[in-house]
Amino acid sequence: MVPLNWYILLGTAVFTIGIVGFLMRRNVIIVLMSIELMLNGVNINLIAFSHYLQDLRGQILTFFIITVAAAEAAIGLAILIALFRNKATAHVDDIHEMQG
Amino acid sequence: MLPELFFAYFAVTVIVFSILVITRRNPVHSVLWMLLLFFHIASLYLFLNAEFIAAIQIIVYAGAILVLYLFVILFLNIKEEVKTNRFISAWPTGFTFGIALFIIFILSLRSFIAAPPGIYSIDVIKAETHTKALAKILYTDFLFPFEVASVVLLVAIVGAIVLAKRRLKS
Repeated sequence: MVPLNWYILLGTAVFTIGIVGFLMRRNVIIVLMSIELMLNGVNINLIAFSHYLQDLRGQILTFFIITVAAAEAAIGLAILIALFRNKATAHVDDIHEMQG
Repeated sequence: MLPELFFAYFAVTVIVFSILVITRRNPVHSVLWMLLLFFHIASLYLFLNAEFIAAIQIIVYAGAILVLYLFVILFLNIKEEVKTNRFISAWPTGFTFGIALFIIFILSLRSFIAAPPGIYSIDVIKAETHTKALAKILYTDFLFPFEVASVVLLVAIVGAIVLAKRRLKS
């Protein structure tokens, strides 16, 4: 039997890699993909808890997280298309209109 | 021994693939590594007796979301992209912040106390099938969040169309 802590550590590692990618990359598409990585790290944790605590509510939460991830991807990529139309760049450090 | 070996394989591949996703120069390579990552995460869910979620993971994430990302990458100029810097100039700050957060998470893991187990043990789920047990909870206790999720999807559809369409000449 694999201990629950191992799953929590795995989920935390994936979440941290997502945060690091979110804060480090220049390309907006990879930044959005890092958000998906973070959501997946949380999903691993929720499913592991749901299995070890013998309660299906964790899997219901995963269900909603996947829904929100799909909505977030659609909105984020639509914003990206609007950005390409106005600025023709995909780099976060080229978008600095608001810092004065 | 065998479950630990399986878990070790999946843990190592999941971590290696997620590091590859955020470090590849070419965004198409990142998306393809992410596809492999989602399949491994889905097998991890199978390993935790969550077969419905594993199917949803492959259908929604690998089938829908990643295809959306691949379509948007068509807008990019990949030849320019592979020549420029991958990381923003302030990347050490982000890296330090991520590592610090990981250490905090690990330290907080030591004070974890498990709740008393619920009623859905493996035998109960096996007698009732996983999808049916999940649907019973989803359509009774979680009916209102389920409806809210449908509104979220509607807003996402309308918002995506409004944001991405060309402005009409008035």
